[in-house]
Parts: sequence; structure tokens; C-alpha cells
Amino acid sequence: MKLKIYFGASSPPLQSLNLKTGDWGTHFAVVDKEKCTGCKVCEQYCPEDCIEVKESGKEKYAVVNYYYCKGCGVCASVCNFGAIKMELKEFFR
Amino acid sequence: MKKVVRGFYAVAYSVKLCRPSVICAYPITPQTEIVENLAQMYADGELENCEYITAESEFGAASILVGASAAGARVFTATCSQGLILMSEILFNAAGLRLPIVLVNTNRALSAPLSIWNDHQDFMVLRDAGIIQVHVENNQEVHDMIPQAYKIAEDKKVLLPFMICMDGFKLTHAYEPIDLLEQETVDSFLPPYKPEYYLTTKKPIAMGCYAPPPFYMEFRVAMQNAMLRAKEIMRKVFREWAEVSGRDWGEHLAVDYPNSRIMVVAMGSIVAPLRKVVKELRSEGLDVGLVKIRTYRPFPVEDVQKELGSSEKIIVLDRSVSFGYEGPLSIDLKAALFGRSVEFYSYIVGLGGRDTSKDFLASIIRNVAHNKEKPGWAFKGYKEFEEVIP
Amino acid sequence: MKFIGSGHGACPGCGLMIAVKNVLKALEGKCFVANPTGCLEIVSSQYGRNAWGVPYIHSTFENAAAVAAGIDAALRALGRKDEGKAIVLAGDGATADIGIGCLSGAMDRNHDIIYICLDNEAYQNTGHQQSALTPPGEATKTTPVGKVLPGKVGKKKDMVAFALAHGCPYVATSSCAIPADIRRKVKKAASIEGFSYIQIHCTCVTGWGVDGSKSIEVARLAIETGLYPIVEFVDGKLVTVRKIKEKKPVIEYLKMQRRFSHLFEHPRGKEILDILQKMANENIAKYNL
Ligand SMILES: Cc1ncc(C[n+]2csc(CCOP(=O)(O)OP(=O)(O)O)c2C)c(N)n1
Ligand code: SF4
Ligand code: SF4
Ligand SMILES: [Mg+2]
Repeated sequence: MKLKIYFGASSPPLQSLNLKTGDWGTHFAVVDKEKCTGCKVCEQYCPEDCIEVKESGKEKYAVVNYYYCKGCGVCASVCNFGAIKMELKEFFR
Repeated sequence: MKKVVRGFYAVAYSVKLCRPSVICAYPITPQTEIVENLAQMYADGELENCEYITAESEFGAASILVGASAAGARVFTATCSQGLILMSEILFNAAGLRLPIVLVNTNRALSAPLSIWNDHQDFMVLRDAGIIQVHVENNQEVHDMIPQAYKIAEDKKVLLPFMICMDGFKLTHAYEPIDLLEQETVDSFLPPYKPEYYLTTKKPIAMGCYAPPPFYMEFRVAMQNAMLRAKEIMRKVFREWAEVSGRDWGEHLAVDYPNSRIMVVAMGSIVAPLRKVVKELRSEGLDVGLVKIRTYRPFPVEDVQKELGSSEKIIVLDRSVSFGYEGPLSIDLKAALFGRSVEFYSYIVGLGGRDTSKDFLASIIRNVAHNKEKPGWAFKGYKEFEEVIP
Repeated sequence: MKFIGSGHGACPGCGLMIAVKNVLKALEGKCFVANPTGCLEIVSSQYGRNAWGVPYIHSTFENAAAVAAGIDAALRALGRKDEGKAIVLAGDGATADIGIGCLSGAMDRNHDIIYICLDNEAYQNTGHQQSALTPPGEATKTTPVGKVLPGKVGKKKDMVAFALAHGCPYVATSSCAIPADIRRKVKKAASIEGFSYIQIHCTCVTGWGVDGSKSIEVARLAIETGLYPIVEFVDGKLVTVRKIKEKKPVIEYLKMQRRFSHLFEHPRGKEILDILQKMANENIAKYNL
């Protein structure tokens, strides 16, 4: 099959969503549902745009998409309620 | 409608008829009056749905046109010499981005020494950029070439920048009677620009992605393919133009007295006096013909082989230097005729506006015809000198 | 809807990405991005890995302001202004050094664009060399610490003054530490016709030598020490200033970062520390922070 190339080295949008960056870091973010108030502060800061406040029933808390989380710790550092902890990946323990 | 106008007006008027959306340029002699004329048309409200932008430099002008062309606009600029090489980084980029920017270069020497006068050193810098380069002999030809340039550059099989090279002063400032095109003629020949590949929030694409080694090469091959396809598309457009306008400028080459023993090859305004000289020399009994190179890039190898392949002596008149080698046009012709038994007499003439009178041109041809010259290359028309420190 | 996708290649904790996603969010994706060569470009627009969800163009390192101006002109001429604004997302080097000619031209002509300078205070993409926005005393690869020299000698170019001198209708600073402020200012800029210049302080974890988890803390300290005043001008008039509740000495900010670590040992370190504290004091006085 012939290789398809996009004209003039252009690209369609959002191809990066296919790229897994979750295996980059040594750590990963873990949200404590009990402490999380769903305030969305972490959402605004996450450089990977991979933590999002989700609502299920009465509960409202931040959920990390581990496919992308680079474990930078930004979310944990900005959380006003100490609801996010950075944990070392199994591999590095 | 025939009218006596100067070269820059012939350009500006034709650009207007092509209904560009964005015009952006920076003054430089001898191009300035092209954009001044367009500015006047803009000031008079004659350029409909068009933005005229006074850039802060040629670099800025070319960059503004990259943005405008990428956003789907038909664009125009004009420049030369220092301005062209200041644009060069962006023009190389525009070619890779596959943007059909049309520009007129009013061929001028490069500094140092500073010279505002005409030769062909400036556009040679862009020769390998992936930009179509066409040369004109007179102001009617440049007037006619502009709608054709848009049609070719915007063809989906091409999509490359297009540069029309006209000799500075010799053409820009010359008064000539020009058969000015009618708006209807241009409208029927050149459809509005409706790109398929452009920036829009309706279908957001990224342009100008960087390509690591596993990807880069294909895009450069694609550019070359587009250049080579352009040869056929240009031929078609040139033919169509001949029908629409009633003026036939030839195709990639225009030949006087084909298959003569001696063929003179040149491009640009020098072709006009050469044509007269060749005619006179034929009446002296010399078997001499003339090849005018119209399309310089893509280089019309097949046409060159057809028209020059069986001549005995080729006289090339270059107006620039590939320093450390010889004239670039001569180099290209030799490569195209590799393996043929033809003698090359390659001369570099008329640098920085140095006069190339008809007598001068005639003597060059006579000397070759009468075996007073050996094959090879040389500068002609300069004084013997010795360099000293002040 | 994402306007810049996850899966991009920025270092973990990169301030650029925090700024960019908030800029795009404020514009609800109604924009055309011109992005010069630099870290943001490299991490987001590799062929086949495009992270952008908005129309995007990278031309060269020094011409993004002009490219955006061209996009704006085209949208105007083609009657497509309703699609969105042309914006620039440029590094500090692309802005204050190599691209300043195009920037000046675009400001002067007052194109309707939002120019965002993502100020990580050096050429980070090429491995941390000094730019005109590198502060004094920073050790970069081209202003290294030596036996004689204490890192960069010279000052940080005042691009806010540059923008104001051009008469830009909207000029502001912000920081990756305060995303809500970024969003508010970008929205404000979008509502203004004409050239907006917004300079956003963005942590570069790699170049500055801080851990990703300290990315926000360090940027916040730049504000709280007075080294990075957060201000906003409309039509040349100062309209808002971000007040500092508890002013911190610059040392607190500097000591967190590898790029300044030599200042605490070098024979000329004290001299530079004094200069930096003086800069902060002057900012505090000037803007009544
Ligand atoms: C004309 C030119 N000169 C130099 C470079 C090399 N170069 C690419 S990006 C860059 C530095 C970018 O610095 P900045 O604008 O601050 O962006 P950052 O990467 O720090 O975000 C340099 C020097 C280039 N691409 N083009
Ligand atoms: S650790 Fe970093 S990448 Fe992971 S969710 Fe938090 S902020 Fe996002
Ligand atoms: S080098 Fe700095 S600016 Fe570049 S991606 Fe990494 S943290 Fe961001
Ligand atoms: Mg930088």
C-alpha cells in the first residue's frame, strides 16, 4: 500500500490524542475522592489537560486520565485540599 | 485598449485585474513604482475586497503574504535585489508550505558594491527554492504573464510560489504601448481562488509541521513532482493565453530561426536587442538563431534538448555569476545537453547595468562565428584592471 | 472539545502548556494560531503528531507577528472575520530578539491580533541560551558562569514599555501560576479591536532547573517578590495591578532554581542579587504592588 502524506506537511487536528504519554514519568497522581471537593482548580493547571472533574450521582471529584498523566505533580501542588498525592510507579519502587 | 504606459504600471494594472485579496510590499528601486501604483489604486478604492499593507520590511511583506495565502487569499508582492534576498528565508518556506504566492522581481544587481542597476544575480539566489521562475522580454509580456502566473500557481497540481522576473529599469521604467487587458478577459481566464488547503476554523489543520528524517524527504520529492507537473500545466496555460489574448509568446522557450548552426541563448530584456542583431547578422550570411528562455524553473530540459541538441555552437549570455564556477544559465544548459557534441561559448555580460549595446552583442556573435574565440567561458564587456589598497 | 490535545511532547510540568490551554479556552477555540519555531512548536506540531485543535501555522522563528497580520488581512478581505481572531503564541526569543522587527511592524499597523509572548526567559528549545528576556544573573549556555562572569550581565528588556510605546490598545502581563487571570485577560483582549500584547511568565522546568511539581510555586514567587509584576493597560492607561499580599525577598524565588544557584557562591553573586532585589523594589514602587 502506498504511503499517504498530508499535503505540504500539514496535519489534521488533535493527532496527539493517540500518543500515550502516561508512561513518561516516575510518578502518577492519585485523587482522594473523600478530600476532593470538585473545585476544578487542578483542571485549569494540568499541562497535559488530563485531569477532569467528573460527576457521578451526588459525587463530584477529579479523575486522572492515566493514558496521558506525566506525573508532573502540578495538580497536587495546586490542590487547596490536599486531595491529590503523587505515587511512585510500581516499576520504580 | 492600447496605451503608452511604463513597465510598473503595466504590472500594477494587470495585478488589479486579477482581483488579489492581499497586497503587501516594501519599496526598493526599481520596483517601488509597482507598489506605489497599487497603493494609488487602493487609495482610489479601485481594489475591491483587497487589503493593501505597508510592511516594515521585505521580510515582513513575504511573511504577511505567507499568513494571508495560508488563510486562503490571493496575494501579490514585488521586490528585487536586497529585498528579494531579505525575503529569501520566507520564500523558501512558502514553497515548502505550498503557497501560490505571486511576486514580480524587477531584476537588480546585489551588493556589494551597492548597485540599483539591472543584472540577474538576485533571482538566482532563489533558483533552487521550489519557486516557478519565468522571464519576460518586454512590458506587454509581463502584463500578460500576471494572470497566467496566478492560474498556474493556483492549479491544484502545482501550488507553488510563482516569480515573474522582469529586468529593472530596462523594463520597469520604459514607456511602451501596451494593449491593456479588459477585466472581462481576465475574469473569463482566471477563476476566483478557491483553495482546498487553507486555514479555517471550520476544518482546523496545522500547516508547517516539522518533519523528522522518516518523513521529510517525501515532501521534498512532492515539491519536485509539482515542479515537473508544472511544465505541462504551464504549456497548456501559455497556449490558452495565446487564444484568449491573441498574443502568442511561445512556450517555455521562444525560438527565432530554429536549427541554425549557431544558437544564441539568453533571457530577459536582452532578448529584444539580440533579436534585431541576429536578424542583421543573418543578412550578413551568418547561420545564427536565437533561443529565449522564458521558463527558467522548472528548467525546460526537453525543450532545450529539442531546440539546441543539434546545433554546432551555442553562445550563452549570462547576466550573473556562480562565483567560483561560471554563468548559471550556461551550467544548466550544459547539463541539459550532456553528451551532445556541441561547443559552448558562455559569456557573462552586463553586470550591474553595464551596457550591452547591439554592436557589443553583434561582435560577440561574429567572433564566435568567425572562429576567433575558443569554446569556454569568459566575462565580456569589462576593463582590464589591477587591485590596489587605498 | 479540546483545542490543544493531550499527548503533546512538553516536559512534565511545563508552564507553556498551562498558559496555552487557558488562552485557547478563553477564546473557545475561535482563533488562528501563528506559532514561531520554539519549544511550543516542537512539542505540539511534529508531522503526524499534531496537538492542535484549532487552525495553526508555523512558518519561521522570526515572523509570527507578520504571519498573523497576514491571516488577519485575509480574513478581513475575504469577509471571514467571524471565524475568529489571529493570535500569536511566541517564545520570548521569538518576540524580544529575532522577531522584534515583525512585531514592531504589526504593532505599529495595529492589526487586530492577540500577540502572546510565552516568556520562559531564554531560548529553551535549543537548550537554554540567553534571550533579551533572560533576567540578569541567570546562567544560560551562552551566558555561563565563569571565573569572572556571574551569568548574564545586562538587563531584561522591557517589552511592556515597548508595546506601550507602540500605542497598542491592550497590553498586559500574566503568569502560568494564575490561569484565571490569563483567561480574563485574553477575553478582554479578544473584545478589543486592534493589537493586544500579553506577556505570560511560564516556568521552564528544564531550563530553570526546578522540579515539575514546583512549576507553579516558582512562578508564583516571581509575582510575590515583585520580579514579575502582573499589570494591565488599556489604551496606555494602567487599569489593573495584581497586589502582593505578603512581599517576599527575591532570594526565596532565586534559591529554588538551578539557573540562579551560583549567585550564592560566586564572587559577583551578591552584586547581582542586589540588582535583582532592586529590580523587584522598583517594580513594587512603580506599580504600587
Ligand atoms: C533564523 C533562525 N535562527 C535560529 C533558529 C534556532 N532556534 C530555534 S528555536 C530557538 C529558540 C527559541 O526560543 P524562544 O523563542 O524563547 O522559545 P522557547 O523555545 O524558549 O519557548 C532558536 C534559537 C531558527 N530556527 N531560526
Ligand atoms: S500529575 Fe501532572 S499530568 Fe498528571 S494529572 Fe497531575 S497535573 Fe496532570
Ligand atoms: S524545555 Fe522548558 S519550555 Fe520546553 S517543553 Fe520543556 S519545560 Fe517546556
Ligand atoms: Mg523562551
